[in-house]
Amino acid sequence: MPAVEPAEALADLTEISPQIRLAVLVDERGELVASAGAEPGQADTVARLVRELLSAAEDAMGGAQAREQLVQLQAATPEGCVFLVRDEGRLVASVTIPEPTAGLVFYDLKTCLRTVAGESLAPKPKARAGSKAEAAEADSKGEEPSATEPSTGGSGDGSG
Amino acid sequence: MAAGKAIAAAAAVAGIAAAVVWRRRSRQREHVDLFFSDGSMVSFEQGSIEAARLLPLAHEIVAAAPNHP
Repeated sequence: MPAVEPAEALADLTEISPQIRLAVLVDERGELVASAGAEPGQADTVARLVRELLSAAEDAMGGAQAREQLVQLQAATPEGCVFLVRDEGRLVASVTIPEPTAGLVFYDLKTCLRTVAGESLAPKPKARAGSKAEAAEADSKGEEPSATEPSTGGSGDGSG
Repeated sequence: MAAGKAIAAAAAVAGIAAAVVWRRRSRQREHVDLFFSDGSMVSFEQGSIEAARLLPLAHEIVAAAPNHP
């Protein structure tokens, strides 16, 4: 799956999730990569504050170890919530309406990060030997289904 | 008999109302939740030392965001 431009991914994020007011993407150096739902000045401010929030959260948990392990954060206030998801140096953060569906927001942010990275969101499961899917796939290639996986543990009737 | 039923109904309604109010208040309470790669989670409620450091930053971030998407 090809990587999507960060600005496009964030635009999609704010479009599919009406709970999200603003989203920013920050790289491993702490630089703002892209934003959606905000003016450039606002996005810079939010990116800086998000880095400060992350740093403070890591300090609260004991520093270096938390830096490695902290992957998500939610801060809830009556005016709105801050969500943050981190993955291999990249960081996506968003500001939402008050009392959002937290699981949904986290899912959307993780999806956004993976989209930017070009990772496949749901890898297509490999067809089992002898299954209809494998037969159809082999048929389209013009070959015998069993010829693709000769060493799958016998002919399939090992329990008798 | 009728009075007993009325009291029971009133008690049930009051209980439901109290549960709704309690749930709303607990939702509105400020907090910061941290999630770790091993699946664990730590929650800092309003009033804790950690929340006192983190929540002002969260307020600043929310205030910096526009009110409409």
